[in-house]
Amino acid sequence: MPEARVIPLRSDEELPPVLPPAAPAPVVASDWEHRLAGGLAFLRRRITGDYEIDDFGYDKDLTEHVLLPPLRPLYDKWFRVETRGLDNVPDDGGALIVANHSGTVPVDALMTTLALHDHHPAKRNLRLLAADLVFTLPVVAPIARKSGNTLACNADAERLLSSDELVGVFPEGFKGIGKPFSERYKLQRFGRGGFVSAALRTGKPIIPVSIVGAEEIYPILGNSKTLARLLGLPYVPITPLFPWLGPVGALPLPSKWLIEFGEPIETAHLGGQAAAEDPMLVFNLTDQVRETIQSTLYTLLMQRRSVFF
Amino acid sequence: MKPRVVLVTGVSRYLGTRLASTLAADPSIERVIGVDTVPPRAEALPQLGRTEFVRADIRNPLIAKVIAQAEVDTVVHMNVIATPLGAGGRTAMKEINVIGTMQLLAACQKAPSMRKLVVKSTTAVYGSSPRDPALFTEDAEPKALPKSGYAKDAVEVEGYVRGFGRRRPDVTLSLLRFTNFIGPVIETPLTRYLSLPVVPTVLGFDPRIQLCHEDDGIEVLRRFALGDHPGIFNVGGSGVLLLSQAIRRVGRPSFPVPAPAVSLVAGTFRRAGLVDFSPEQMRYLEHGRVADVSRLTREVGWSPRSTAEAMQTFVERAPRILNPETVAAAETRLLQALTRTKEPVRA
Repeated sequence: MPEARVIPLRSDEELPPVLPPAAPAPVVASDWEHRLAGGLAFLRRRITGDYEIDDFGYDKDLTEHVLLPPLRPLYDKWFRVETRGLDNVPDDGGALIVANHSGTVPVDALMTTLALHDHHPAKRNLRLLAADLVFTLPVVAPIARKSGNTLACNADAERLLSSDELVGVFPEGFKGIGKPFSERYKLQRFGRGGFVSAALRTGKPIIPVSIVGAEEIYPILGNSKTLARLLGLPYVPITPLFPWLGPVGALPLPSKWLIEFGEPIETAHLGGQAAAEDPMLVFNLTDQVRETIQSTLYTLLMQRRSVFF
Repeated sequence: MKPRVVLVTGVSRYLGTRLASTLAADPSIERVIGVDTVPPRAEALPQLGRTEFVRADIRNPLIAKVIAQAEVDTVVHMNVIATPLGAGGRTAMKEINVIGTMQLLAACQKAPSMRKLVVKSTTAVYGSSPRDPALFTEDAEPKALPKSGYAKDAVEVEGYVRGFGRRRPDVTLSLLRFTNFIGPVIETPLTRYLSLPVVPTVLGFDPRIQLCHEDDGIEVLRRFALGDHPGIFNVGGSGVLLLSQAIRRVGRPSFPVPAPAVSLVAGTFRRAGLVDFSPEQMRYLEHGRVADVSRLTREVGWSPRSTAEAMQTFVERAPRILNPETVAAAETRLLQALTRTKEPVRA
């Protein structure tokens, strides 16, 4: 889209080098000056609308400069996320990341995104499939789209996979993220296996991902069903800190996180469209993915010394 | 099959006039007949060339006589209108859209000369909801059927067109679903909206929009009138813009309105005659709508310019309140004031 770039910014003819002859030593711009220049250029792009988004509304410029940076301290310092098996995620081409879901609010989704964006050698962008509730909420809906997420439906999943994107899905959905603390690390039902048929149809590998640590950030002790019905939400959590301490209660507990990316399960040889139409195959594959994640979760839990270290 | 006699409905409106004059300039077409309830504007007359104008309401059976006598073989139906203001109220608009289409199709069904029907519809038939897929393909079912206005009319019109297709399988039927038009000249609710000095938006929502350049719309209609491309096709530019981004590109400030107050603000704007936005367009301002246009490209081997390129032609037409040059100059000045170097610092 070169036509959209109407701004000949800092081109050489616009700013002739007006070095006075008395000052031959060139002044090297320091680090903060570069950062300042970068920040101002970003502001200019935002004000004039000079950036590109993809068909799904993914705004790379905004995500990298505004949405991801505040998550890094949370990733590095608060949860001290450790990743394993990142080399199981291909450097290019589509793949379907399937993970367990927990933690009351989808912090696990953000951390997995950051793990792949910052620590994968190919700096892959994870495109998450989100529940439709997300897209009905003001403020949340546009941010979800701008950070590369889209609605969890087969059309979108297949479109992203066949355009070689890395797609992430949490098949447990609200059943997983809103389950009580007593059921931590017990996988819930894996939806209807829609994610498996999307992978089968596009012939892309499924990568099972096990996330340990997210269960403890907001332990759900109770669920205010009346309030949930009133607000039209799937659950309103009661945790040891929330809602008793107000905004302080919204602070996640600093649990220690482990994210393991498992061996890819190839689907290309299974027969594409015909395989996706075979419910038995889809159920079996769904079970296989679920079992892999569940057993990896138990292994990781054994290895973790304590919840917080 | 090349058409011999083409009938264009809605010829007195901007796109109808443009298409009729394009077809009239093609010597291989014997006759071009334009139909509308009002005569074309005086300044459009030289453009229309040899187009014959029939002042007829397609809501009455006169249209059948025109089609039969002139042995029309190709009908381009462009008379499904989007704005009640242009038609003299919502009731009249609904009548022109739905009853008019029924009359036209009845006449076409009876005419043995009929070979091809091209209908200009809209992607608004997909509705606009938070449960929509990112891109609508032609066979996608709308998650929430449009309940009012233009979009509902278009859904009904498409229903009658499909019925016609079943009864006259020998007629090549093309149904074109256009995205919002934009360009250097065309006037639509969207162009008026984006020309407001301060553009109101829905607080907390930023829809993706997709645009079709007016010239490309005419080109697509021309290609479908001349060639045989049966089926349903989404027509629009590839790629999307966020509404906020489009408003920034036209250099205008936006003014977010909380969702409960939106209908109040929209009503005020409508009464002031500024922008005529209907309720389903308000939903569009929340959730947007994008269609997959790859089938069109595959079928005709040609694609309209992208959404961003179409937008650019509109940006150049409207005087911007905030120029990108001003912003860039401010950036340079600020940077030079804040840093010790006089050299441009690269990010």
